Amino acid sequence: MSDPSAASLVSTPRIEAPTESGSPTNPESAQKQQQPRGLLGDAWLDLRRKPLFWISASFIVLFVVMAAFPSLFTSGDAVNGELSHSLVKPSSEAWFGYDQQGRDVFARTIYGARASIVVALLSTIGTLLIGGAMGMIAGYRGGWVDALLSRIADIFFGLPFVLGSIVILTTFNGSGADNSEWTIMALVIMSLTVLSWPVVMRLMRSSVLATKEADYIVAARALGAGTGRIIFKHLLPNCLAPLLVYGTIMVGSFIGAEATLSFLGIGLKTPVVSWGIMISEAQNLIRVSPYLLFFPAAFLVAAVLSFVMLGETVREALDPKLR
Amino acid sequence: MGRYLLRRLLQLVPVFIGTTFLIYWLVWSVPGDPFAGKCGDRGCPDNYRAMMTEKYHLDQSIWVQYASYMKNLFQGDFGSTFSGRPISDIIATSYPNTLKLAVVALAIEAVIGLGAGVLTGLRRNGFLDNLVLVSTLFLIALPVFVIGFVLQWFFGVKWGIVTPTVSSEMRFTELILPGFVLGSASMAYIARVARTSIAENRRADYVRTAIAKGLPMRRVVGVHLLRNSLIPVVTLLGTDLGALMGGAIVTEGIFGINGIGRQVLRSIVTKESATVVGIVVVLVVVYLLMNLLVDLLYAALDPRIRYE
Repeated sequence: MSDPSAASLVSTPRIEAPTESGSPTNPESAQKQQQPRGLLGDAWLDLRRKPLFWISASFIVLFVVMAAFPSLFTSGDAVNGELSHSLVKPSSEAWFGYDQQGRDVFARTIYGARASIVVALLSTIGTLLIGGAMGMIAGYRGGWVDALLSRIADIFFGLPFVLGSIVILTTFNGSGADNSEWTIMALVIMSLTVLSWPVVMRLMRSSVLATKEADYIVAARALGAGTGRIIFKHLLPNCLAPLLVYGTIMVGSFIGAEATLSFLGIGLKTPVVSWGIMISEAQNLIRVSPYLLFFPAAFLVAAVLSFVMLGETVREALDPKLR
Repeated sequence: MGRYLLRRLLQLVPVFIGTTFLIYWLVWSVPGDPFAGKCGDRGCPDNYRAMMTEKYHLDQSIWVQYASYMKNLFQGDFGSTFSGRPISDIIATSYPNTLKLAVVALAIEAVIGLGAGVLTGLRRNGFLDNLVLVSTLFLIALPVFVIGFVLQWFFGVKWGIVTPTVSSEMRFTELILPGFVLGSASMAYIARVARTSIAENRRADYVRTAIAKGLPMRRVVGVHLLRNSLIPVVTLLGTDLGALMGGAIVTEGIFGINGIGRQVLRSIVTKESATVVGIVVVLVVVYLLMNLLVDLLYAALDPRIRYE
């Protein structure tokens, strides 16, 4: 609230709202203030007053920077270790200690952010695009298209998540397969996307169905707007809110899902550094050196938590009933 | 109701066929040679190869293979593993363990989740409310294997309150910790749904009427409020039981429980294709039927909902 412009913006709607229909002859400044804010604009105003939003957002920025430029945080080597350092406890030299291969756990934890964030973000984008498009088509066209797409979604929805991704991943990325780092990542992204798009599709479909018959859509059609214009200009902006919320929370749960798959030994594999792999390697040493488990797990939880928290605050901001 | 049920059951058929075919195709057809790596370094002997090819119709198209598999399945024949053990036998020994774990997890999450939800829903914005909100956030964010390991380490290894792993007898006391771990995320969702639902109904007219009539608070909450607020919670619990019975692959692995999830993971890793398909078919059927049951339950609990 130290920002004066924010304070003035927050108080404007109450003052300006009654004069909205007033004289339109004023110069530009009045025009600017009268421009109605959309749902997203309102939500943004609401969000920037919340400490929880800033906390989670700054954590997310931190993790994204960590994923993009890990060398900013550590000069250690995440892949190669010295066996003489095997299982050395945390010290001022290596903050998080060394693992069994003598690799620096701090460096590995920092470098591990990249795999998790990249996989989670790309699979979320993929899920939103596929699910959103399918839901839009199903909701807008209706009829047999809707029935067909819904049944296809049901088929993928009927597969339990972990089970389905295990089957997909072992099929394409079994023990014998010799895939490169990026191929494995792409496979993990694919299996997460394939198994989660039905949920997004149902969300999108139901909000399209609810919006489709609204007066402004009918008006737009009466004015001669084409299908493309109605979808992109009118339907999409009005159906986006639930997808945004779900997407943010989904990033968090995908970070967890990627770690789970790597932990089970079928997701990312060892030359790649990821939190799930580190936890999986630490599980046999849990009685000897619990810190090996603790540090990657703490980073994992912090990352998931900040995305889930962001999603929560965005949901509250977008829900007019809670204002 | 009858017509609705019939329509839903008919809708299940294409979903069932689609899902099982997808799995069958992924497991049998995509990896290429089904015998690769099955018999060690030497490769499989020709007569074994011929026998399996004949048994699973491997020389024919995937459609024929799938059709004959389904035909056997509907006659109650799940086939057998590559070493000859009947798959129905594997399912029969491991499924009760999964069921036991699922029931314990469901009981724990129902009691804790409901308790927390009702308490916080009645007194919003207090200290307890914030505490519960923060802890549900944590439970949702923690991946199951992290909770599992941390609790196993503290309760099982460090403090020695419970045994770290579950023995083959599956005693109830041993199942409390795995049950808690398995139900942790759903517990948080139940607490939140119950809280919202109670808080919403707390302001309803019928509650005000009940209080105005002079009913004691216990009766207002216990009879009037709870009955109306529990509907979404019950459906959530039902969906969750369906998911839990799908096998807790991670939890069963951490605590060494010989359940269906562990069996399916093991058979995937050792490439027991027939076992994978058999177990997944059972799990998918259970999952689909549970979802149907929840929808029906929804109508039975809430008289305002009627299926034509």
